[in-house]
Amino acid sequence: MDKDIKVTLKVWRQKGPKAKGQFETYPMEIHQSVSFLEMLDILNERLVKEGKEPIVFDHDCREGICGMCSLYVNGHPHGPATGATTCQLYMRRFQDGETITIEPWRSAGFPVIRDLMVDRSAYDKIMQAGGFVSVNTGGVPDANAIPIPKKDADLAMDAAACIGCGACAAACKNGSAMLFVSAKVSQLALLPQGRVEAARRAKAMVAKMDELGFGNCTNTRACEMECPKNISVSNIARLNREFLKAKLKD
Amino acid sequence: MWLLNSSIGRKLVMSISGLFLILFLLFHLCMNIVAVFSGEAYNMVCEFLGTNWYALVGTLVLAAGVLVHFVYAWILTMQNRKARGNDRYAATARPKGVEWASQNMFVLGLIVILGLILHLSHFWANMMLAELAGVHGEIAPTDGAKFINFYFQGNIVNTILYVIWFVALWFHLTHGFWSAIQTLGWNNNIWLGRWECISKWVATIICGLFVVITIIFYVNGVGA
Amino acid sequence: MAEINSKIPQGPLAEKWTNYKAHQKLVNPANKRRLDIIVVGTGLAGASAAASLAEMGFNVLNFCIQDSPRRAHSIAAQGGINAAKNYQNDGDSVYRLFYDTIKGGDYRAREANVYRLAEVSNNIIDQCVAQGVPFAREYGGLLDNRSFGGAQVSRTFYARGQTGQQLLLGAYSALSRQIGKGKVKMYTRHEMLDVVLVDGRARGIITRNLITGKIERYAAHAVVVATGGYVNTFFLSTNAMASNGSAAWQCYKKGAYFANPCMVQIHPTCIPVKGDFQSKLTLMSESLRNDGRIWVPKKLEDAKALQAGKKKGKDIPEEDRDYYLERRYPAFGNLVPRDVASRAAKERCDAGYGVNNTGLAVFLDFSDAINRLGKEVVKQKYGNLFDMYEEITDENPYETPMMIYPALHYSMGGLWVDYELMTSIPGLFAIGEANFSDHGANRLGASALMQGLADGYFVLPYTIQNYLSDQIQVPRFSTDLPEFEAAEKAIKDRINKLMNIKGKETVDSIHKRLGHIMWEHIGMARDEKGLQEAIQMLKDLKKEFWSNVFIPGSGDDQNTELEKALRVADFLEIGELMARDALNRAESCGGHFRVEHQTEEGEALRHDDKFMYVACWEYQGEDKDPVMLKEDLNYQFVTPQTRNYKK
Repeated sequence: MDKDIKVTLKVWRQKGPKAKGQFETYPMEIHQSVSFLEMLDILNERLVKEGKEPIVFDHDCREGICGMCSLYVNGHPHGPATGATTCQLYMRRFQDGETITIEPWRSAGFPVIRDLMVDRSAYDKIMQAGGFVSVNTGGVPDANAIPIPKKDADLAMDAAACIGCGACAAACKNGSAMLFVSAKVSQLALLPQGRVEAARRAKAMVAKMDELGFGNCTNTRACEMECPKNISVSNIARLNREFLKAKLKD
Repeated sequence: MWLLNSSIGRKLVMSISGLFLILFLLFHLCMNIVAVFSGEAYNMVCEFLGTNWYALVGTLVLAAGVLVHFVYAWILTMQNRKARGNDRYAATARPKGVEWASQNMFVLGLIVILGLILHLSHFWANMMLAELAGVHGEIAPTDGAKFINFYFQGNIVNTILYVIWFVALWFHLTHGFWSAIQTLGWNNNIWLGRWECISKWVATIICGLFVVITIIFYVNGVGA
Repeated sequence: MAEINSKIPQGPLAEKWTNYKAHQKLVNPANKRRLDIIVVGTGLAGASAAASLAEMGFNVLNFCIQDSPRRAHSIAAQGGINAAKNYQNDGDSVYRLFYDTIKGGDYRAREANVYRLAEVSNNIIDQCVAQGVPFAREYGGLLDNRSFGGAQVSRTFYARGQTGQQLLLGAYSALSRQIGKGKVKMYTRHEMLDVVLVDGRARGIITRNLITGKIERYAAHAVVVATGGYVNTFFLSTNAMASNGSAAWQCYKKGAYFANPCMVQIHPTCIPVKGDFQSKLTLMSESLRNDGRIWVPKKLEDAKALQAGKKKGKDIPEEDRDYYLERRYPAFGNLVPRDVASRAAKERCDAGYGVNNTGLAVFLDFSDAINRLGKEVVKQKYGNLFDMYEEITDENPYETPMMIYPALHYSMGGLWVDYELMTSIPGLFAIGEANFSDHGANRLGASALMQGLADGYFVLPYTIQNYLSDQIQVPRFSTDLPEFEAAEKAIKDRINKLMNIKGKETVDSIHKRLGHIMWEHIGMARDEKGLQEAIQMLKDLKKEFWSNVFIPGSGDDQNTELEKALRVADFLEIGELMARDALNRAESCGGHFRVEHQTEEGEALRHDDKFMYVACWEYQGEDKDPVMLKEDLNYQFVTPQTRNYKK
């Protein structure tokens, strides 16, 4: 049964991108049925009442789909629960008396903006380099014109479930964005619509990823284990395949 | 050049050089097995691999393989550290399902290199190098079997050092083998688990036999 | 009083859109390059419009408040998207989709708009498939469909429980392509705070950069608002935390009519409210109603025991369960439209049959489905939803029935637009949920995605050209014009005023109080007295807000409390207009239920003779009552009937 627990929060506070940050400690008494972000809401409400500035963190849909929330909680992106985002994390995952360390994503690709908020626009830039099928609105064939094997459609959907939250790069000891890139490359490479420009896409997205300073994948699988949407590293294998095929053809 | 400029290109070089080194390990293992059964046969192999042009070319290629693997590992590690950013996490935890070896490949690789230096100083320096330089010690450079006995039979320090070396190599290979396959793109949902399993077997067979053979040398020396 | 001209093209219903397109004015490619369009919002409507306009050659400036255009709340839609493809050969057609949508909306939508929506629905599916949206497929490789509330055919296309996500990512990919090409300039973490009018036309916006706190000016030839709905007025809703009505509200204050504000949708299947700390409500997909059965106990003493926690749902024997939807609506059963299902739940709970400690919950039971299909099949279909439920409530829905209760979900009302999706301000367009839309008084499931994408991909890119065709000689505007100056100053003054109140109440605490007033008085059941009270309470609360709110930090820096305060300031006014509209509409229709106007069986009672119109509210100034204008709805092609889901 859920009960009230006492926890100590160690939260990273940082005024701005260039400012030096440090941990602040906040004791909290909280009911276990409260969600993690609601706990931060309560803490922020308290801070505001004390005339202090609230902790800045990204969040929006609070149902695990928008990919806006982040937070590195006790050594795990999105906290200790598997297959869930921070907003889907509830306090019943924590024990009475526990100290909870909350940090921003730390990766050169995601500079800190303030407190726990980071800049993830690098992922958008990678998408802009090639994460699409080049079709304009209108003038497309009927949706059923190209049958797609269910297996391929399902695999594509598995990859497409990525929410672009950045947990993969945040979890990776190499700061690599391969899981994110591979999910999009895989999704579109698996479908006949995306097949047409698969080679171009793989090369462009990988080049952009490298240019933005993400690291080299060493297949530790940390990304996959921490991914809130359980995106598989078999997508990375497919990306490698697509990329190598494309390069060898050049 | 995309093998240098692109992250997947660099990984490809690691993958291919790594697989090549695994092939070499298998070859070397065969030689050691020969030595267990017959020092004489082993010396025949040593002779065959003396200072002939093909042995020299092979050695150079092998050295190049090690060098490329090491240099790329260095580059990748430096780049990856940079990609990690300047600030480190205060609290870290290894997620379930992540192998310890996979996160410590560089350190494991360094141990392997140190072992390699020791090993080269024991054998290659006394054999091929000595023969090339024309400087001979007490033991003839072509008498590999005698060197084995010299360094291992009853020598607990060397034996332990070698076993440590092989354990590090085992960790390195458990991740390295499947990782190389993954980098080549030969993987999917079904083979993911299989390759990881095969990888453990490959590492265990190679390193296990090396360890067993080393212990045999420690106890018995080369085969009569 | 201004005339309302909805600019509906002449001709038979099925030919209106074709005729319009054949005769509208276009902008040639060379001239498109000279025209700038601001699109605010990157949800389904905003992203699809921005991408499509850029593909055509216009220069687009696109804004969103999140850190990436991919995070707009369209992403959270679970169930699916309707289209009249008739792939299932079950007799679907454009007309049937049109008819179901008009009927589902309780005959308070425009015929011509809804027909156009049904017409372009098929193009949407084609477009999305071409973009690589991985819709569910059958073994033969063709697209699969499922059925949804309010329809008797299977016309809903879906991508697992993440249809909204996949459609949005499709639009986002098209948008990303245009950003990459430089045709769209993307501004993330920018919030629109005002629209700027030059000579009576919309010519730009004022935004606040949410990172630097800087007030910025942007000019263009036309402005498109695609900023979603305003149900976060209620504090608790299924909307995202940042979803707000401020952009639309500023348009209203600059003269755009606000239409049918009282029409908001209350979704029947949400996880019930737990406590005061709760920040938002989580929706459980409507698709659950395909297999789940909704019930409360028959006996009051059982309900009391459940509320006291002395009994569990599974302890109530079958014969003591009241499957009230199946009882009241035999033909549609658990698949009645959302407004009907929500009201029925409220009726039972008000009668004392609620099943949790607050008495505000009903059961959604899968034990029948598990017995019939087996646990594995149920797991395959709904596993992720069940897991989500368990994570939130700590209860296993495979063993005990789920508890659900209605929650605010969607706003049918919004900025009034004509057939061309232009508001009453020339050059200002509203698309998606932000406009008063095609859903009338109630939206059917899987229709929001359809409408957002229809507006963005296939309607606005045409109709906006009709407006822009005579703007090609107009040079680019400078943001130094006095109109921009004045707008920026007004915003800065407003921010300074807020920052200097230095009161005692936090923004959230006032927002929560607003939510309580809204839910109690302007929620699922409304009456004259309650609405009048609400208007007064909202006025008082507004006064308190402007005299007693406290915002820490500075106005010229990143400040999340200030962001919230600016939104809540508008929510307070939106709430009041909703109450006014609800008071004016002395009938029950769709999501708007006035207790004075119901049938003997407790069903909604429309008064078509008096209220067959769109209520368009025109702003008159601070502290002045707005004026209501009527756009009469002339039904020429269908005959409005009483909605009947009983047989």
